[in-house]
Order: sequence, then structure tokens, then C-alpha cells
Amino acid sequence: MKKQLTDFIIKTSEMLTPSCGMLTLMPVDGSPLPEIKPGQFVEVAVNSVMLRRPISICDVDYEANELRLLIRNAGKGTSEMLGLPEGSKLNILLPLGNGFTFSDDVVQPGSRMLLVGGGVGTAPLLYLGRILRRKGAEVTFLTGAKTSAELLLVDEMERIAPVAVTTDDGSEGEKGFVVDSTVWQKDYDRVYCCGPAPMMKAVAALARRKEVECEVSLENMMACGLGACLCCVEKTVKGNVCVCSEGPVFNINELTW
Amino acid sequence: MVNLEVNIGSLKLKNPVLTASGTFGYGTEFADLVDLNRLGGFVVKGTTLNHREGNDYPRMAETPMGMLNAVGLQNKGVDYFIEHIYPEIKNIDSKIIVNVSGASVSDYVAVAEKLAPLENIEAIEVNISCPNVKQGGMAFGTTCAGAAEVTRAIRNAYPKTMIVKLSPNVTDITEIARAVEAEGADSVSLINTLLGMAVDVERQKPVLSTVTGGLSGPAVKPVAVRMVWQVSRAVKIPVIGLGGIASGADAMEFILAGASAIQVGTANFFNPRITMEIIDYMEDYCHRHNVKNIYELTGALKL
Repeated sequence: MKKQLTDFIIKTSEMLTPSCGMLTLMPVDGSPLPEIKPGQFVEVAVNSVMLRRPISICDVDYEANELRLLIRNAGKGTSEMLGLPEGSKLNILLPLGNGFTFSDDVVQPGSRMLLVGGGVGTAPLLYLGRILRRKGAEVTFLTGAKTSAELLLVDEMERIAPVAVTTDDGSEGEKGFVVDSTVWQKDYDRVYCCGPAPMMKAVAALARRKEVECEVSLENMMACGLGACLCCVEKTVKGNVCVCSEGPVFNINELTW
Repeated sequence: MVNLEVNIGSLKLKNPVLTASGTFGYGTEFADLVDLNRLGGFVVKGTTLNHREGNDYPRMAETPMGMLNAVGLQNKGVDYFIEHIYPEIKNIDSKIIVNVSGASVSDYVAVAEKLAPLENIEAIEVNISCPNVKQGGMAFGTTCAGAAEVTRAIRNAYPKTMIVKLSPNVTDITEIARAVEAEGADSVSLINTLLGMAVDVERQKPVLSTVTGGLSGPAVKPVAVRMVWQVSRAVKIPVIGLGGIASGADAMEFILAGASAIQVGTANFFNPRITMEIIDYMEDYCHRHNVKNIYELTGALKL
């Protein structure tokens, strides 16, 4: 899959919560989107900071030739992206990273898949869930947030598969963290997880106890996104590896967690 | 027709644009985005005698118009490079320069000796200026005696073009440049990163695992241009300029200040096609200024 630098136009920009917004993007020149795997990410150039900002791909619509990015306002760069008026251009490097496993040997009709998202980490699971459903897998989404006001993409996920919700304060769904959810009482063939590191570590520990395959998507600080600068390394059983090029998705067995 | 060719010792470059060590991997990482055959050359990652895991994460902190890094020379060692990487890149129609680092003089020499027989590696860049390793690196590059000792030892073992990469973290960089010139270096490249530091005020901790790191990016450019100007007047060997180059005009600043060639580093991270843009700019610049050979512009600064 060739990487490319492409100018995109912001077709729509919408805040979903006070801190998170969704951008819908189309290539300016109408060129078709490259093949994108769920869990891959892009690097977006902004004016307010030097380095590009890595953003995971939330959804791909090849028919409309659109890409959607769910962005959390985490500083100058992301704030700039969320503040741009519709019609603005963004230069984007894509597609980057390896993505979640969805090959036929892993995903079969009836495979029981649990997709666990925390906060903005729910983003890549939407596209993943759609692809897994298309392959006949039995998908369950589990998403967690601090409060109901910070929950993301629940309606969209419900159109694909059942969604379980946890909130830290109990304002929606079950009270507690994602690992406290009753969905874990069922058995799964594989768990896919993306969210804050402490949450992913808790999910990884639970998956180990339940002896279920588990993949997590890391978000170490990156510079190049191409595996050249060696800044975003994670300690793995193979030593330090770049999250941007050998991840961002890792099987928990590869990690030293 | 503009001639962009320049010579660094016996190394002939089709144009003055190189990529800086540690910012361009082994070239292949950028192959989808850059025509590697158009580059004057590329300097591959710092290579050591043995495999190195580098420093712990976090290794990077973005700063205003720059970044701190503390990668710490992560690489799989020179033997791995020769067996697995060299065969993949040796046919790229561009000069490949290997950046060499070591914890001791004998390490540097051993790496240089292993690289010398490789037909398509016509030059090495000796890194005596890495601020992110405890042993070696910058320790050699901050005294004239240390710089001279490493240069002399490698010169005796390595017959091809030897570029010595200098540290800016010294009182007078021209003294170090003269010391390595006297020991037979064919060229000097400068500047490596400036030692810096960033603090996470909420956590009241350093951002980098190593506390300090190397500052690069546009923020360091004026310092780098000044040092290139000073060094180019102090030595007779060609100077390769680097430090914060992020546009064609930036690159020409270094050439006019005295550089024969330039390296692009941090800018590869935010504009992966920057090297191609700089080559185009240089061609256009020479046209606009009625210059036939870009080497005529080295040090052409009007004072």
C-alpha cells in the first residue's frame, strides 16, 4: 500500500462533544482514496505547530470518496484543525501504520469480536466494526467515557452492532470502567482495543486472564510517521520498535505490559 | 542548463542536497514519497559496532519551531547493515553515506573498516557529536584532542571520503574543525543538534527520559548558518551545512554562507518531499541569478 501526500478539503466539521469533533474530508483533486485498513492513521499538517499530527482514521466511504477523522482537542495542532472552517484544505500523509487484524484466517462468519474503545479511542473501531460485520463476524462494541456527555459515536456504532456503555459516574450505561462491564461475562474470540494507555493495560490484563486474543492500538508521541525518526518506540518482546510503522496496533503478546 | 554537481573530497554529488542522519532512515522509508535517485545523497542512520536499543521512551519533545530528541543511536549494528540493509539500497542511483558512531576509538575504527570494502558506500560521516549517548559521541567532539584522536585513527583505517560531523555544543567550533582537518578529514558537516531540555510543568518532570536531548528544526537555523560561515572561513576542506533547513531559500543561506552541500533533517518529518522541493528551488535560483554552476555560490556571500 503506497503512502501518499494529498490535499484534502474539509467538507464538514462538527463538534460532537465539547472537546471532540468530526471532520469529513475529500481529496481536493477528486483522486480516489487509497486502500485503507481499519486501525491505520494519517498525519495532518497544521500551521500552528511544526510536526504533523497523527490522527487515527475513524471511517472510510469509498463510494463518496470521503474520509472521516474524529479529533480530540488536545493542544494547539488539534485545536487548529477543529477550528478550520468547512472548505479549508489540509495536507495529509496517508495511509500509515499496520491496522487491526481482519484477515480471513482470523475473522470468520460467526467469530465473536469485542471492540473496546475509550473516549476518542473509539474512533478506529467504527470502521473496523463495519468491516468485521461485513465478513459475518458477531460484533459487540463496548465504549467508555467519564460521563454521558463525553460518549462518542454510540448512535453510529448501534447501526452496525450492539453497543455496551460504561461511564465513570454512571450517567449512562453501567457505572465503572470498560473492564467492569457485564459484556465480559460472554466469551469472545478476539478483543480489539483503543483508548488511553491505563485503560488498554487493564483490558490487556483482563484478556490475558480470560485467555482471549487481544490487539491494542498505541498512541506514542510521533514525529515522522514513517519509521525513520525512531521517536515513538514501544518496548516489545523484540526490543524497541516504532509504533508508527510496526504498529500502531500490537497483539498484547508482543508487548511487555 | 544549470550544473548542480558538487564535490566533497573525491565524492561527486549530482546536487548538493543530502538527507541528515537519523532523519531519513535508510531511504526506503521515504521511497513512496521521494524519488531517491534525484537526491545528491543520503546519510543513513548512525551505525555502531554492536546492536543498540537506544534510550527509553519518551525520546521526543516538540518545542517552538523545533524538537528535542534523545533516540540514543538505536540501530542493529554494522554487520546487520551490511548483510540486510546494504543489499536493499546499494542500487539506488544516489550517494549513500553511512553515519558512524562508537563508544570508543576502536569501535569507530572497527565500523569504518567493515564499511570500507562496500563498493557503493563511497563515504562515511563520523559522528563525534551525538549528545544522547553516555559514552563516546559528543565526548569526542567537544575537545580538539578527542576530535583529532578519532579522526586520526579512522583516517588510518578508511581510505575513502571521510566527513566528520561536528557538535555545536562547544566554545569555538572552528578549533574543532581545524583539528579534524589537520588529521585528514575530507570534509566537515555541521551542526549536529544543540543540547536542550524541556520540562513538563504539571508533572514537574523532564519530558525526555534522558532529561536532556538534542534540539533540531528551524529554531536552530541561525546558529547553524553562523557556524557554517565561521568554519568555512577557518578550513580549506568543503563544509556540509545543516541545521533547520526547511525550504530552498534556507538551503541557499547555507550555500552562500560557505557550505558546498547541505543536509535536510527534521524537515523530512513534516514535509517528506522537502528534498525534492529544495533541488527544484536550487535549479530555479541558479537560473534567476545567471549562475551556471552552483558551486560558484559556495561562500559567495557579499559582505
